[in-house]
Amino acid sequence: MTHPPSVGRAPHRAPEQPPAPTAAPAPPQPSARAAAIARLRAAATTEPGRLQIIGAVLALLVLVFGAVTAFEISGRAASADDVVERSQPLSADAAGIYRSLADADAAAASGFLAGPQEPRAVHEQYVKDIEEASRLLVKAAANTDAGTTSGREITTLNEGLPRYAGLIERARAANRQGLPLGGAYLRYANQQMSGELLPAAERLYKAETGRLDGDHRSARARPWFSLGAGVLALAVLVWAQRRNYRRTNRVFNHGLVAATAAATVLLLWLAVGHTVARSDLAEADSHGQRSMDVLNRARIDSLKARADENLTVVARGAVLTADGKNDKYETDYTAGMKALGEELAAAVKLADDTGDTTGGKPVAAASKAVTEWQERHRTARKTDDAGDYESALEQIIGQENSTGESFKKVDDALRDALAHEQDDFTRAARDGRGALGGLPVGAAVLAVLGAVAAIVGINRRLSEFR
Amino acid sequence: MTAKDPGTGRGRLRRLRGWGGVTAMAAACAVTASLTLLPLSHQGDDVFGPQVTGPGAAHALQARADTCTDPEASVRPGEVDGDAVRKIKERGKLIAGVDQNSFQWGFRNPESGDLEGFDIDLVRAIAKDILGDGGKVIFRAIPTNQRIAALENDKVDVVVRTMTINCARLQQVSFSTAYFQAGQQVLAAKEDHSITGFNSTLAGKRVCTAEGSTAYEALEKESFGSAFKDKHDGTAADEDRLTVPNQLDCLVRLQLGEVDAVVTDNALAAGQAAQDPAVELKGDPFTTEYYGVATKKGANDLVARVNKVLVDYRAGGADSLWMKSYREWLEDGLPGIGAPPAPKYRD
Repeated sequence: MTHPPSVGRAPHRAPEQPPAPTAAPAPPQPSARAAAIARLRAAATTEPGRLQIIGAVLALLVLVFGAVTAFEISGRAASADDVVERSQPLSADAAGIYRSLADADAAAASGFLAGPQEPRAVHEQYVKDIEEASRLLVKAAANTDAGTTSGREITTLNEGLPRYAGLIERARAANRQGLPLGGAYLRYANQQMSGELLPAAERLYKAETGRLDGDHRSARARPWFSLGAGVLALAVLVWAQRRNYRRTNRVFNHGLVAATAAATVLLLWLAVGHTVARSDLAEADSHGQRSMDVLNRARIDSLKARADENLTVVARGAVLTADGKNDKYETDYTAGMKALGEELAAAVKLADDTGDTTGGKPVAAASKAVTEWQERHRTARKTDDAGDYESALEQIIGQENSTGESFKKVDDALRDALAHEQDDFTRAARDGRGALGGLPVGAAVLAVLGAVAAIVGINRRLSEFR
Repeated sequence: MTAKDPGTGRGRLRRLRGWGGVTAMAAACAVTASLTLLPLSHQGDDVFGPQVTGPGAAHALQARADTCTDPEASVRPGEVDGDAVRKIKERGKLIAGVDQNSFQWGFRNPESGDLEGFDIDLVRAIAKDILGDGGKVIFRAIPTNQRIAALENDKVDVVVRTMTINCARLQQVSFSTAYFQAGQQVLAAKEDHSITGFNSTLAGKRVCTAEGSTAYEALEKESFGSAFKDKHDGTAADEDRLTVPNQLDCLVRLQLGEVDAVVTDNALAAGQAAQDPAVELKGDPFTTEYYGVATKKGANDLVARVNKVLVDYRAGGADSLWMKSYREWLEDGLPGIGAPPAPKYRD
């Protein structure tokens, strides 16, 4: 970032030079501007004067090229850096908050169903989820201004989480005493979770993902100004050498050749470097980010569906849909599973489109487990509706052949798929950022070298007039 | 059933129809009128005793079933096996649809995992009578909205699940005689002396009811200046703060200090009070409704058999099975009941 200003200042020195040796004809003090124009006009009438002007323009163009490149690429590199180091991790953290909350809710309901003494592993999972969500919230808060959308969602989450955890503890306490009241507390906690916390987490995730997309776009935007400045500088350099050749019959002016070489190297570096960065970032986006987005949503929908499935058994028809015809939780479960199916289909398509066979495997496994889950769920519902509660419970929270087992398969497969996509993303985005590495500094150095070389070359020619 | 029928899901509105006759009957026959008339409880025991013919005045006022002015009137007790009873005997098991989340009525004992409660005791008594063994029962915990469907689809023989007898339901199922009288009542914190019942002391209070319940309808008629509606009731944005999906949710709101009082059916309120020693019923019930055992429509042999079981169940005064079960499950939360409701018959 320190380069552009210093380089930017340099051109001003160059135009100062030519007027000095020629000395002004100095008409009787018109305005300063008119005087400068008059001086230039006078200079343009002689060859040394013209050469001085050409030299100044060449140096200026090469410096401008370097400065614009350094400036534009610094911006692109900063955006690419943000993608890798800041916005993607923040987006992943927001997804982590979202997921931890949904998982905590599913775990709380599972533990509740198991009876007054919930399985240790299930409770530990719940505690871990709450801790993880709290930890990520602190991290997210540290990286976010309180006044922004994300800041407000973080506040909502920070306020709601302890309240949710309190309701769950009341549910556990009542369940431990065998009071049906525990189920009512659990449903209230779930209402807080699905009505306030999860929507806030989703908005946070969306905001962070939006920020990531923005960084992505600005990193990938073509550096048109730099490219234009480069082409212009080269064109003028070529013209100057052609003019020189015509007037002196000398093929090479070493200074100008060196300047041309420097500008050409910089232009190629710029074009190739950014194109590579662009394609790496595009790959990070298409292979990693988009898949991750779909997979994150799929994972959260699977968690919500699991919580709804458990609550169907907890509530046992105590809560109906708005029209009073169907069980609310069963209806929510069905909707969640439908969304999950669609998201998995999208993930499969993304993996196919990008030829990502490794990434496709866990997604296919997840799809298979979802089918199994739905079949088992139908069986469990049938058992439950027939009044065989004990068997239905076993079919839902049991260790083997239960919907819980299928759900775990889905969750594990999605976790693997996400880890794979995250690796893909990080690798490609790092490559993209790396492709821009050194370019701003290189642009500054090459431009200064080129400008110096151009002035040296022109001065050499000028010296022949003395 | 247009009401959402949450909790134990009784659509309480309909059953209010045709109460003129009942009220007249009750007035004419004060002995049978109220379970809360403590001084009369001993006298009541005699009336509700084994001689189940009941007061003659009641019959005189009874309307015919098809016009449904008196839904509590059921078929006479009998022991003649028809298809329904024979099926149970052949199977060797009675299949009963019950609740498992209604504290003290039908709920799962967390230690044993077994179903227990006032309704469950009655189911066992029916099984004992028909099959000779109170253990020969398959309990099916059915959701509120599946009660009628479970009977129609032969998934269960009887539904004993705090189910209120009313005319609309009589179109779909048959009911035994009433085995419990309930009514709407106010529940609030014991410490809260500012609320004394369903009256003007509710002014300015936040009152919780189950969506679409009789209690909610009662408040709509006369709210006494209380707040009992959510801003977005009936829409997807429903806050579920004052009107909630299930009556038990009201106890959650009451404990969290989000509401000041609950209006619900006292039988269920008793279940709430039993789960929280800091709350109690305030004032008297302000409606009357009866629970009955439901069977598939037209299974008159089974209804008659259940009515016979109920005759025996009520018999014995303070030592009757009914009173024993009452004392075990309900008395703590719903004190002051001296006898079961009197049976009424169609002829």
